[in-house]
Amino acid sequence: MTIKKHVKLGLSALALSVSLNAMAAEDPIKVGILHSLSGTMAISETVLKDTVEMLIEKQNAEGGVLGRQLEAVVVDPASNWPLFAEKARELLAKEEVDVIFGNWTSVSRKSVLPVVEELNGLLFYPVQYEGEESSENVFYTGAAPNQQAIPAVNYLMNEIGVERWVLAGTDYVYPRTTNKILETYLMDMGVAKEDIMINYTPFGHSDWQNIVSDIKSFGSAGKKTAVVSTINGDANVPFYRELGNQGISASDIPVVAFSVGEQELSGIDTGPLVGHLAAWNYFMSVDSDANYDFIDQWVAHTGDEEAVTNDPMEAHYIGFNMYVEAVKKAGTTDVDAVKDAIIGVSVPNLTGGYAAMMPNHHITKPVLIGEIQDNGQFSVVWETPSTVAGDAWSDYLPGSRDLIADWRKPLFCGTFNTVTGKCGASAGQMAAEEAE
Amino acid sequence: MSIIRSLTLLLIALVSLWSLPASAQDDDPGKALLANLAEAPASNVEEAINAIVSSGDPRARGWLEAYGNNRLSRIKDTGQVVVVLNNRGRDWEIANPLTGENMGDMSRRELDRVAINNAIRGQLEGILAMLDLNAADPHVREASAQDMMGKVDASLVEPLEARLELEENANVRNRIEEALAIYRVGEGDIEAVDVLAGSLHPRARAALNQAVRSDDPVLAKKAGQALGTIEQKLKLNRAAETLYFGLSLGSVLVLAAIGLAITFGVMGVINMAHGELIMLGAYTTWGMQQLLPGQPGLALILSIPAGFLVAATAGIIIERSVIQYLKGRPLETLLATFGISLILQQLVRTVISPQNRTVVTPDWMSGSLVINDALSLTLNRMYVLGFALVVFAALMLIMRKTRLGLEVRAVTQNRNMARSMGIRATRVDIMTFALGSGVAGLAGVALSQLTNVGPNLGQNYIIDSFMVVVFGGVGNLWGTLIAGLSLGTINQLLEPWAGAVLAKIIVLVFIILFIQKRPKGLFPQKGRAAEG
Repeated sequence: MTIKKHVKLGLSALALSVSLNAMAAEDPIKVGILHSLSGTMAISETVLKDTVEMLIEKQNAEGGVLGRQLEAVVVDPASNWPLFAEKARELLAKEEVDVIFGNWTSVSRKSVLPVVEELNGLLFYPVQYEGEESSENVFYTGAAPNQQAIPAVNYLMNEIGVERWVLAGTDYVYPRTTNKILETYLMDMGVAKEDIMINYTPFGHSDWQNIVSDIKSFGSAGKKTAVVSTINGDANVPFYRELGNQGISASDIPVVAFSVGEQELSGIDTGPLVGHLAAWNYFMSVDSDANYDFIDQWVAHTGDEEAVTNDPMEAHYIGFNMYVEAVKKAGTTDVDAVKDAIIGVSVPNLTGGYAAMMPNHHITKPVLIGEIQDNGQFSVVWETPSTVAGDAWSDYLPGSRDLIADWRKPLFCGTFNTVTGKCGASAGQMAAEEAE
Repeated sequence: MSIIRSLTLLLIALVSLWSLPASAQDDDPGKALLANLAEAPASNVEEAINAIVSSGDPRARGWLEAYGNNRLSRIKDTGQVVVVLNNRGRDWEIANPLTGENMGDMSRRELDRVAINNAIRGQLEGILAMLDLNAADPHVREASAQDMMGKVDASLVEPLEARLELEENANVRNRIEEALAIYRVGEGDIEAVDVLAGSLHPRARAALNQAVRSDDPVLAKKAGQALGTIEQKLKLNRAAETLYFGLSLGSVLVLAAIGLAITFGVMGVINMAHGELIMLGAYTTWGMQQLLPGQPGLALILSIPAGFLVAATAGIIIERSVIQYLKGRPLETLLATFGISLILQQLVRTVISPQNRTVVTPDWMSGSLVINDALSLTLNRMYVLGFALVVFAALMLIMRKTRLGLEVRAVTQNRNMARSMGIRATRVDIMTFALGSGVAGLAGVALSQLTNVGPNLGQNYIIDSFMVVVFGGVGNLWGTLIAGLSLGTINQLLEPWAGAVLAKIIVLVFIILFIQKRPKGLFPQKGRAAEG
């Protein structure tokens, strides 16, 4: 049903843009959307495609950019990592899009990196990730570890008094890197090694009985215990269900999650989860007019009164507006000019503040800690006093401590080593090497 | 915590005030109390709660409960505090906390939630538990006494001791004593260690663990000994728990695989869309719950026949449209059914939604059966375990005792001979495939209670299903049961020391090696049928 509607909408938008094009002197600005619409990641990525389409519609209604209309070019990489690279090539080489909004998983981003660098494209990546990367052609509008994981741990340590830590994650690059950073950070803060328990589970893990029982006994050592969860998407539902069934409440052992948002909660009965935490840079429940307007717009766009918004959607909102501002500033959609112009651009976020693009291609974000409520929403219980700038290279990993990224001239480098004074390989080269 | 001190006051006041009618709204003292709570900065919230508790207002409990559940909001314009009855969507249904009168819907923009966090919620739980200690139902008293464990502080000791004097129920007495002992051990009381020595409650263990680290050598030693005995008992419980976990995982495997044991095992069709038939069953449960809002239990029970029918119908369609034309060509069947599985997944994504759907667990299935403080068996998994056994028994009965079963066995053993005896082989094929698919649907209904209901549900189980069927011996239902349960148990035994990822790998390697040694699985088909 929705597909029909989308097609209809898409057609009418197309018709509209075609008719407007006839009037406009120039060709439309082509916006590539590289999100999986089928396969395992469709659950998370389809809403992001819809978000970008909605933003484009709105921008066009306001007259487009530089008097030109915007046009969405949607491709479906089908949750298939190598296909992401092919589709990115198709977008850049064949469709000649001016900018791409896309990717969710880190492997898909790594697969796309060499292509975007080779063909000098622009990619806005909207999801929180493990950091350790800064590409000339990529803008990271999601959180780096210092914008999500570290502040969340600080909150637990200082406000809740947690002394014993369970780092539970799905077995892939984001949780592994994040947990490595957190482990070093916790040990630096004086937490003993036996007070840290690290656990990895496969993708889509559904049998949590043993692990939850382990966490329960780990938590009965007389010190306040918390679980820091980097468990990915789907596996969270049975995990929380098991917590509830084994009688672990948020006041006993709180779980703070980095990958559980409104979208994930919309698939569960949240009753037993009330009080567990999540750290994000945006919650749907944030009390600001910008947010309420965005939600109204989203509900109207989807036609679903129950539609939820989430953090990566806000990241696209920010990224899209930053791109628009940068194009206006540069006066052209030329990739190099936009890359130059976008650094320092500042646009409103949805939490009532501003987000600025930093020289390392990461943005400033407030960090919010929210508690799960019985309506599948989060209520904000704590936030950083000011926004935090994303750090591409973590200070808590031995290899990356000395690296900085700065895409302004004269440095113009994503892997500058402050000790040796040399610029390392580009992110795309590194990704290509890893793939081999 | 000075809040608690005033509790006794409140309790007395409650009784005396209950009979009084609600006074006029404007000079209602509740209005000021709630406004005070809503406007208090974080540091003064405790004081505001304290004021509400000591006011002795009979509505206090309701207010505090609403506050604890995040249901207290303030209208931005007027500053009036309201209770949110329904906080879904963009418009919230609100009510007046003073009169209980429904005030209709209000836009979320107009409302400001009264903030609460885990720390305050913990205190509130203590207060509410203290109130519940006076409930008439001993189960409520026991639960609230248990909630008090680890939350007792100096101000609570006196009211708790007073309560202990009055208490007649032995279980509740034990709980209160333990709660008090946890506090006393924390204060360095050596005698109290004895009370905790036999307790398996995690908070008792936490208190003893803390005592072991204390400066008093006598206390530390005694606590250490008490912990030793507890650890002994725990080991036993832990073993029982692991066994239960194993059987439960095993039952999930059996459920997922048993339909395949019929389509693949008995008929020899490699059906890669088996997982999606499971998914259809799970979606049927969701659909049923949408049709019968507010009655998740009834919907779940009705889903059992409905899930069977939906999946069986889908099975018949697949069999008629594709599989019958590919008889005896396993590779093509595999590829074709794999295609069907992708089609079904995408169909669900486009028709329903790529998002997971919420399937509610009925009350009688949530929570756990508490054997003791260290051993509790989760109810939903116990139901699934029972369900798996019932489905298995029913299938056995069908295969062994009914005409259909006889015909199925005849056709699979010697198709031509069966046909010459007057059995309509094509019809039997359809029935068998429908039966196997229907059972997959039943598995989906059960799985909807344990895992996500989404388009990817089936994928997670297809590999496991084939693994179980092959390991158990193709064509043998008993083999599937034994293989499922034993693989589940092995997996759960390995998991604590190998980790979830490695445990899965070890099990897989084990099966590969096993199949090398015994290619026909645990229980190979014997007799002439095996050669055919």
